[in-house]
Amino acid sequence: MKKHTVICRAINICKTYWRGKVAVEALRGVNIDIKNNDYTSIMGPSGSGKSTLVHILSCLDTPTSGEYYLEDKLISTYTDLELAKIRNEFFGFVFQSFSLLPRLTALDNVALPLMYSGVNKQARVNRAKDILAKTGLSDRMHHRPNEMSGGECQRVAIARALINNPKVIFADEPTGNLDSRTGTEIMELFDQLVEEGNTVVMVTHDSNVAAHARKIVKLKDGLIEHD
Amino acid sequence: MTSVFGKITESFQTFKTHRLRSFLTILGIIIGVTTVIAILSLIEGLNRAVSEQVQSIGSDLIFLQKFTWISTGQQDLDKLADRPDLTPDDAEAISKLPSVEIAIPDIDRRLSKLKYRDKEVSNPTIAGSDENYSYVNNHFVESGRDFTEDDILHRRSVGILGSYVASQLFPEESPIGKDLHINGHRIKIIGVFKEKGTFIGQSLDNFVLIPYTLHEKFFPRERGSIFSRVYGGYSIDIKPKLDKIDEVVDEVRELMRRRHGLGFDKEDDFELNTQQMLMDLYKNITRIGFAAIIAIAAISLVVGGIGIMNIMLVSVAERTREIGIRKAVGASNQNILLQFLTESIVLALIGGIIGIILGVLLAKLISAVSPLKAAVSFWMVMLGFGFSAAVGIFFGIYPARRAASLNPIEALRYE
Repeated sequence: MKKHTVICRAINICKTYWRGKVAVEALRGVNIDIKNNDYTSIMGPSGSGKSTLVHILSCLDTPTSGEYYLEDKLISTYTDLELAKIRNEFFGFVFQSFSLLPRLTALDNVALPLMYSGVNKQARVNRAKDILAKTGLSDRMHHRPNEMSGGECQRVAIARALINNPKVIFADEPTGNLDSRTGTEIMELFDQLVEEGNTVVMVTHDSNVAAHARKIVKLKDGLIEHD
Repeated sequence: MTSVFGKITESFQTFKTHRLRSFLTILGIIIGVTTVIAILSLIEGLNRAVSEQVQSIGSDLIFLQKFTWISTGQQDLDKLADRPDLTPDDAEAISKLPSVEIAIPDIDRRLSKLKYRDKEVSNPTIAGSDENYSYVNNHFVESGRDFTEDDILHRRSVGILGSYVASQLFPEESPIGKDLHINGHRIKIIGVFKEKGTFIGQSLDNFVLIPYTLHEKFFPRERGSIFSRVYGGYSIDIKPKLDKIDEVVDEVRELMRRRHGLGFDKEDDFELNTQQMLMDLYKNITRIGFAAIIAIAAISLVVGGIGIMNIMLVSVAERTREIGIRKAVGASNQNILLQFLTESIVLALIGGIIGIILGVLLAKLISAVSPLKAAVSFWMVMLGFGFSAAVGIFFGIYPARRAASLNPIEALRYE
């Protein structure tokens, strides 16, 4: 893939949801491009719509209006099944709360996306082992989330996000649940991933974290403040 | 899509974390399948026993009689008594029909007891027939000799004992050549039949067979009670040719109508009875009872199914976050649906398998301690399997759909 190709292009994205009888306008016309090998931070106070934006970009949610192109394909109209495939093959997601399955070992958690891509068991295990080694968790492969530290859990989550060679890795407050030292380690891991050519979009309200990114997008009241 | 095997192992992991809950969930299925299997195998055992017994009457024989074995509604005995008696001549005429191999006259009378010196046997039947009796009934003489044509023609005072009569009256010696008194007349025993066993608890070997010509002399036909006028006469045992079984009834019917001079507007004044009628009767009587028992067992399966549905709904609620995570990493609605559906099916099948095993054991136990004999067949096992799988699918589909339709974002936020 050529450098600086646009992967995600969101045009005039609006998202309204209903909290009881009150309409909440989380996004009110957001335009954003994510290019290949971008390292973008989305910042803003809570309620600014940053999580909603990243959910729409990562196809976890659909916009109320606006157009969203993924590699020039308009996907705002895709079906649930097609969106599931996109989440599986195009994107990796790292959550604030790790979001690992508690009953599965680190290895199985990392291999989980491959299960939904129809990769056979042996290949899944091999790839998961490689990725875990890369994130420095070779000796934690058979541990369950409750047997690991927060930093280790987040590394497992990052490994899971990486396993399908995603075009974009989305991270929603990845250091929010970690102490500062571990947080720094995790951020160094992200830096390294971008270094290796990955594309990262990160939601944070911490300017120290945002400082790692090459591009900072500030959201306020559902609008981009400064690009 | 992931392999079925992977999904099943995954399901097992879920059950391991909730052992007691999983067990309680499938208890209903276990009880349901256990009852179904146990009851079905007992019914099957009973059916087999009855059908064996009925076949022992003579599997392919047709019996021409004045009365029907199976009456629908009130039988007018007066009308039956007025029907013409059947005769050995009828048997001879029927024997000549193209579809009939042979037909024999058969008459019997029950005595209260039969004595030989200090030994006696109660309620023996004194039957009268001819030299073809053993062939038609597939019941042969074991020792001594069978009748000859001459024995019948010359009305010789000879008799053949059923094995039960022989063993009761002659426990230590051979009865052959001995004299026996029947209704004041003396006969010479020339043979003993093979043992035939019992039918509905009655010995089939408690009889003495004498030439029908002799029977007429020993038991002259009195126009006495209405009962004896209906049941006391000859019956004609008809053995059809093997490939002509379908034609026999029509041919015999036509012949007998002609012999009795019945006009086309007159009803038959005789009946053709087959053992199939007995089987049909048995099936009719028992069908409703069996259906009721199966219905009760089915209800317990439904109750078991509701248990599964309930626990699957709880499980979906508990694992909302897991569903969100799975969806976030690429699980489609169908993946989630299949995951939960597999769980409920596997749960129900585990219950089904345990139920099948317990059901078979229960049937064997009942067989061991009671006279009922259970017969387990492969189709019952398949039925138990199929039923529990169906329960798993039917009651699992709603919770699975609910899981599949969860919005990923809301599921992820769920705590």
